[in-house]
Order: sequence, then structure tokens, then C-alpha cells
Amino acid sequence: MSSASPTAYDMKLALPLTGFLAAFFAAPLALLFLLSLQVDPKGGGYGLSQYTNFLGDLFSLGVLGSTLLLGLEVTALCLLLGYPVAWIYTRSGPKVRSLIILIVLLPLLTSVVVRTFAWIVILGRQGIVNSTLLSLGLAETPLKLLYTQGGLIVALAQVQMPLTILPLITAIGRIDPNLGDASASLGAGQWRTFVKIMLPLSLPGIIAGAMLTYAASITAFITQSLVGGGQMLFMPMYLYQQASTLQNWPFAAAISIIFLVAVLGVVTLFNLLGRLSRGYANA
Amino acid sequence: MRVDWEALSFRLAMGLVAFVALVLLVAPTAVVIIVSFTSGFSLRFPPPGYSLRWYGELLDAWQLHFAAMNSLKVAAWTTGLSVVLGTMAALAIARSPKWSAKLLDSFFMSPLVLPALAFGLAGLMFFSALGLPVSPMTLIIGHTVVCVPYLVRNTVAALSQLDPSLLECSASLGADRLYTFRRITLPLILPGILAGGFIAFMSSFDNVPVSLFLRDAATDMLPIRMWQDLEGKLDVTIAALSGVLIVFTVALIMVMERLTGLSRRLA
Repeated sequence: MSSASPTAYDMKLALPLTGFLAAFFAAPLALLFLLSLQVDPKGGGYGLSQYTNFLGDLFSLGVLGSTLLLGLEVTALCLLLGYPVAWIYTRSGPKVRSLIILIVLLPLLTSVVVRTFAWIVILGRQGIVNSTLLSLGLAETPLKLLYTQGGLIVALAQVQMPLTILPLITAIGRIDPNLGDASASLGAGQWRTFVKIMLPLSLPGIIAGAMLTYAASITAFITQSLVGGGQMLFMPMYLYQQASTLQNWPFAAAISIIFLVAVLGVVTLFNLLGRLSRGYANA
Repeated sequence: MRVDWEALSFRLAMGLVAFVALVLLVAPTAVVIIVSFTSGFSLRFPPPGYSLRWYGELLDAWQLHFAAMNSLKVAAWTTGLSVVLGTMAALAIARSPKWSAKLLDSFFMSPLVLPALAFGLAGLMFFSALGLPVSPMTLIIGHTVVCVPYLVRNTVAALSQLDPSLLECSASLGADRLYTFRRITLPLILPGILAGGFIAFMSSFDNVPVSLFLRDAATDMLPIRMWQDLEGKLDVTIAALSGVLIVFTVALIMVMERLTGLSRRLA
């Protein structure tokens, strides 16, 4: 059907991309799922044994649990640090705004390997944090910061914070400034106005930012492997080891599917919360 | 005048945390640039002295040159393919009220949500099941799958800001659809396509998870080379290379900001 309106384009234009993604995205994922049902890596019967192996193994469950917890910690830190940045942005003049946006965009567009490498330089034994602590006499020997959960959380927070800040800027910018004035004229102080008015109204931005940050930090393979080191194992590295080093494809496929479901579960949960919060913000 | 302690404490708390966050965002980039000018052999901070020696070493690091060329080629092909496929798809779905357009939109965006490493493994299994060995071709296909969403998203956004009356005017003045597209639609949505292409290029150039599975042994990619070097030893040449990449990225961001208003498109 050729549409009469000159503003609408033919849906057929979407065919090449639909075909491309069906062939090279959907089909591989379907194959991944099929392979995860294979009982024996060398072929043979189908069943759920790879999944029961994973879910019945405390080590595997521990990896999944620590990955999900890591995402939670990084997201919390990103919100805590990112919210004030977005707040200041919406209340500044154009000069400060463009400076803030440049600072926020820089980590987003710099190579992940470069950013992660920087954290090795900062957190290492001879790094900036340790040399400052030693020269100030606050520590006697270099502290172990690299290859720790704390170091990893801070490094991941820096890498993912732009994903938290950008939706927050949009959400806070949309709040009617008169609401703040109204609250003040009714006698509420700044803190009270913030907690009772601004924070609830920016919930859609908080949830959108948290979703992006969470999904990105649990899948951040490079940062996890370089700053976390070999001692801490998270889902992406577990998947990579099983697939590449051990060549156990069916189990790696099962890990992938479980990881996929976990990420999708988190995204769905946040979407649901987002819908609820929009209703609340508009009420 | 009475001091409003509550307002003061609120501003102070907000300002202080925002300052800490902004320092945290900038610090790693600044540290890499400073360390890359060290005259020493280690990544000590602050450096014992300054020199350009590691940038000189970089000129002879042919393995890194080779990897960088591969990454640039793959990123260029990926961007080209993503621009063509993504722009066509965005034109089809952007202004369509049909439910199928909404469904397609979610389908086109889905590679962004799924862990790239899981997709890399799936791609490897898929190509080996088809009997196709991994090659630069499979690498470009894999990168396009994870980069094309940026094109669709930015082009759809640009199209939805386009005033339809412009197109109706053009049509009522006798221009055919192709002419209207070439002279009106394309120039107006070009910033969106360029911004999407830029993000696709950068994320392909920087991609590790998909490349790990879909490249062949002969195709050494820059971020993978850097990652492997960093896992083994801390080489100052990598700091110099990082310095070059940062300057390259900042220059590109500034050009794209001028051309497309990049920051407004990302926010």
C-alpha cells in the first residue's frame, strides 16, 4: 500500500534491518538456547541438566549473587554522586552547563580499556591514592586497593555514572520550578522541599538511570576483569572462562541464558517501577 | 539578617557531593595524560620527570599500529552498514502509528539490553554451526548487530522532531517523494544520523566482548591488544597510546558537537 501522506515512509524500508537482525541476532540467540539444553558437550541428548548443574552448585550461585550485588552497589553509588551533579546542572547558567556536560560525556565516550587502565594507575601500589596516603603519613605501607570490591565499585561508578546523570538531568529539568517556590512559601525548608517534592517528582529519571547503570555494570567485562582481578569472579568472566578456556559450550550457553534472564528480569522490574513512578509523579 | 541554615546546609551538601562526583569523573582521564609523559619506566604518580619518550616508543610499536588499523577498518565498515540499515529502518518506523512499528522498534533496540558477551558466544556458535569460519566479515556482522541500535534511536529521534508540514509543503509544491527526501528530510535529519554514526563508530572501535568471540586469530583488535597487555604487565606505551586515543576522542566530540549538537542528543 503506498500511503497518500508524504510524511509516512513505506514499512518495507524496515525489511533489510529486520532480516539482518533475524539472521544474525535472533537466530544465534535461539541456537544459544538450544545448545544450553544439550546434556553432553560432545552432543547427544537434550535436557535441563546444564541448568540444574548451575542452580545446584553453590559456587555458580555465588557468582550470580555477587554479580547482582555488585550492580546494586554501583547503582547506589552512582545515584548518590550523580544526583547532585544533575541538580547543579539544572540550576546553572549556560557556561557551567556546557562544562558539566563535557565532563559527564568524556568518560562515556573514552575507550573502556583506557578508563579502566587509569584506575589501575590510580589504585595501584604506587598509585596516586597510595602515594598521597604515604606522604601524609596516613598509612605506613601501601594499601591494597586494586583487586578489591571497593576499588571495583568506585571504578565502575566512574565508568557508568554518565548513564545515571543524563536521564536525571532530563527528569529534574521537567519539574515545574513553581512547585519548589510553592513549597517554600508554605514554610517548607530546602531539605523538606527536596525530600517531599523534588525527589518523588524525579523518580522516573532515577529509575531510568538506575536501570541503565545496573545493566551496564553487571555486564562490564573489561572493568571487572582488570580492576577486580582474578580473585573475584562475576558472570561475564565466568561465561568467558567456560566458553573459551574450558570449551564447555553447553554450560557456557546455560550461563549466558541465566545471565540474560537475570538482566532482562532487572530491566523488566525497573520498567515496571518506572511506569508506577510516572503515574505517581503525574498524580 | 538571620542566616538560613537549612538552605545553606542544603546547598553546601549538594555542591560538595557534585564536586566530588565531577572530580571522580575527570580524574582518571587526567591521570592517564599526566602519566603518559613520564620519563620513567613505571606508572608511578606523580612521575619522576617528564619526557616524550613513550610517545616515541609508540611510533615503533608496529603490533599496536596493526591492531589499530584493524579496529579502524572494522569500525568504518560497521558504521557504514549501520547507517544504511539503521536509517532505512528508522524512516519506516519513526512516524508510523502501526503497532508493528512499535514492535519493530523494540526488536531493533534489543541488542542494547542483552549482555554483549552472551551475544558474542551465540554468534560464534551460529557461524560454526553454519560452517563459516570466523573472519573480518563475521566480526563486522557482529559489531553491526550491537551498534545499529544507536543509528535507529538517533534517527528516529531526529525524524520525530521534523515538522511534517515542511514535507506537506514540499509535496503540495509538486516535489516527488524522492526529491523531498533528498532536499528536505535528509538535510534535516542528517545531524541525528551523524550523531548515531559517531556513537556506533566509537562503540565498535572500543568493542571487546563481541570481538573476543568473532575475530579470527590473525585479526588483532586494538582494545583486545590493550586489555591483554594490561593483564600481563603495566606498559607505559599503553599510557601514551591512551593519551593519543583521549585526544582523538575529545577532538571528535568537539567536531560532532559543532555539527550535530551531540550533547543534546545524548541527554
